[in-house]
Amino acid sequence: MQRSEIHLGLKAHLYHLSNLFLPLSVLVLLIVINLIKGADYFSFTMVKGVFYGNIPNILYGASELVILSIGMTLVTAASRGQDIGIGEAATITSAVFVWFALNAGEVTLLTIVAAFLLSCVVGLVIGVFNGTLVSIFRVQPMVATLILFIGGRSIAFMIDGKLSPILANDISNQIGTVIPGVPIQTPIILTVVFIAIVAVVLKTTNLRLYIESVGINPDAARLNGINPKKIIFLTFLIMGICTAVAGFIAVNKAGRHDSVNLLKFIMMDAILAVAIGGNKLSGGKFSITGSIIGAYTIEMLNRTLLRLEIETETIKAFKAVFIIILMVVGSPVVRVFAGKVINRVRTGRFRSVLKRSAPKSTKEE
Amino acid sequence: MVSEIILKMEGISKSFPGVKALDNVDFALRKGDIHAIVGENGAGKSTLIKVITGVYEEDAGRIALNGRPIHFKSPKEAQDMGIGTVYQEIALCPNLTVAENMFIGRGQYTFVQWKLMNEKAAQMLDSLGIPASPTQELSSCSLAVQQMISIARAVDMDCKILVLDEPTSSLDEDEVKKLFDLMRELKSRGVGIIFITHFIDQVYEISDKITVLRNGALIGEYQASALPQIELISKMMGKALSDVSKIKKHEPLKSDSSVPVYEATTLSSAAGVRPFDFIIQKGEVNGFVGLIGSGRSESARAIFAADKVTGGEVKMKGKKVKIKSPLNAMKQGIGYLPEDRKGDGIIAELSVRDNIILALQVMKGFFRPLSRKQSEEFSNQYIQKLSIKTPSINTPIASLSGGNQQKVILARWLLTHPMYLILDEPTRGIDVGTKVEIQKLVLELAEEGMSLTFISSEIDEMLRTCSRMIVMKDREIVGELSGMDVTEHDVMHMIARGGE
Repeated sequence: MQRSEIHLGLKAHLYHLSNLFLPLSVLVLLIVINLIKGADYFSFTMVKGVFYGNIPNILYGASELVILSIGMTLVTAASRGQDIGIGEAATITSAVFVWFALNAGEVTLLTIVAAFLLSCVVGLVIGVFNGTLVSIFRVQPMVATLILFIGGRSIAFMIDGKLSPILANDISNQIGTVIPGVPIQTPIILTVVFIAIVAVVLKTTNLRLYIESVGINPDAARLNGINPKKIIFLTFLIMGICTAVAGFIAVNKAGRHDSVNLLKFIMMDAILAVAIGGNKLSGGKFSITGSIIGAYTIEMLNRTLLRLEIETETIKAFKAVFIIILMVVGSPVVRVFAGKVINRVRTGRFRSVLKRSAPKSTKEE
Repeated sequence: MVSEIILKMEGISKSFPGVKALDNVDFALRKGDIHAIVGENGAGKSTLIKVITGVYEEDAGRIALNGRPIHFKSPKEAQDMGIGTVYQEIALCPNLTVAENMFIGRGQYTFVQWKLMNEKAAQMLDSLGIPASPTQELSSCSLAVQQMISIARAVDMDCKILVLDEPTSSLDEDEVKKLFDLMRELKSRGVGIIFITHFIDQVYEISDKITVLRNGALIGEYQASALPQIELISKMMGKALSDVSKIKKHEPLKSDSSVPVYEATTLSSAAGVRPFDFIIQKGEVNGFVGLIGSGRSESARAIFAADKVTGGEVKMKGKKVKIKSPLNAMKQGIGYLPEDRKGDGIIAELSVRDNIILALQVMKGFFRPLSRKQSEEFSNQYIQKLSIKTPSINTPIASLSGGNQQKVILARWLLTHPMYLILDEPTRGIDVGTKVEIQKLVLELAEEGMSLTFISSEIDEMLRTCSRMIVMKDREIVGELSGMDVTEHDVMHMIARGGE
């Protein structure tokens, strides 16, 4: 009895792992390609007491994408749709951040924190806007967020007042790069802290159960006392915070606010990260771990293509081809087929099939 | 006279991860026979059917069609070999015409020859006695006729074997009769029919043979005329005869008429039920009875605030309360098992465990999740208590059989320890065994002091369980019947008279 329980527990665990099969296998494949290209892929260099190298660069580069993918995962799971205005939302929040920081006179840690908190409030306001459209007016998420996708950068431009204000101060520089004495680049640390907060929230609340219930069956969720509108609204609020944090990191990395190009088209990568992570874009059960791995995978893919010295103009085409392969391999059709093959090998039928197709050897027996 | 065997299955086994769905089952279908396969949910009926129709591949065993061994790899293969299937849910296109539906996707010709197609369809409809015109839009036909058209479609593919999976579950009595006429017509043409149903009476009305399955194993094959109904039920349930007859026992009415557990005056909802008064005592089982559309479900939903409450006053244990949402109702100690299990009850992709703890978890609140250990304990406790058949607590609920899904939803509400539990059609579409179990459970819970409202379209179930019945007609309460000696006739009479 106890043994079978352990067996079942193990099975559930394996099942969970199999959901991460796609993102993990892609990650491994990319690592192999990179190792073939050069065995020094994992090597680090210490420059002024800070780690640099391929891996730290990926972790550094993917910071904003990871944070936005987390928000995208939750929005997708609850609302069964995607937010396509996240890059624009982050541009607005970071514009507010820069505006406040530059108008506060002397830039101190306090003004930066205040500016960041203000940008979070703006993120929440954007969340309220999108959430209201989707949950109360039942506008489809993509249509609702299309509004900001179209108008967002103009709004940011108006907040900026001029083309691209420059953040020339030590604190911003440290947030965007490194804090003296800390061996890891600051955006990496911020991302890890953010992931940890999300993990704690998921652990200490029923967020997962509520979101999954609403995403799978809103009617049943409602009859069990969950208010689907509130939950969908909540995911857009969380997305608002995610965009504020991502915008904060992005603008400090860049050192200036470029409302035309900041996090441009990042929603495509965020949606892709959610998909690579094994999440259904039609909502329901979700895996944030999967999305995070997906986000890092995309960054690794981008850098791998650069490392393979593919010309910049053709790089997007290569990326597209890679994604096609990825999606076919991860599709339910292939998964079911793979499952069948594994099952046959395990039950020994496969061997009999082989025997049948090789009649000569059976005769000899 | 014994006719030839057209389909013979021997030693069929089929396993799914964690469950042995079929264990060494034999089955034989003769030409011109109507052969019923019966069994509880999870007995293996649908798995057997899916092996026959090529949806599943068997793990072990032999299948022979007309004496020739076969091995289907896809439903298409089975269809080509003359095995037609009609499933419970009608899989036709409602916006196409009858003739189009009969010939769609048959692809002999590149271009449709409308005239020929309609003529052929008319001929077939006529010969099978189906009351429909070829050019009529399908959605304008009654459900029974639609069902018959899907049968006609299957039969036209030159079928020797017809599999009917729960064809009667959405039909009324008259429609069932028409369907049976069609089945008899096909039988006389030598088609072997496999018939699956939950309605025992229908099994006896039309079948020649009965195969009983239980827990994936074959119990036996019997001549319908030689197997008394009570024996069949006991074979399906695996219980002794005396046990089955005991179910009919009616618990006496409890009437410690102190303060009622729940009391509503002029309650009304946005779903359009007329303002009604309703009362239930501690330990009482009552029920709304009436035809479909009489407002019985709407009344139940109004009590739970599943639809928007538009008026009325509610008292729980004499105290005035406001119930404006399902959460309010839950916090007042009301539970509600909805009529539409798939649409309103289960969260399909979530595990059995998550489905069991859902309501309790929501009542505890957003910031107080149950620990993993607690939720496992609760789930295991109720899986055992209600004998829910599931490979593990982490299995998605969608992969359980209908009856077990229903038990999970029941467990969900029992876990919240409600004072008052509303069960809307808890026995619909599930097997006899589970039906009986649920009825027993209802009476047990009442004895323990819970108040229950039980709604079912099978009136004998209500007669067996409810000590008081509130009769509804046209979205209005027309009367009330209570006492031990209420009969089906009394209820019908009251509905017919409209409470005069």
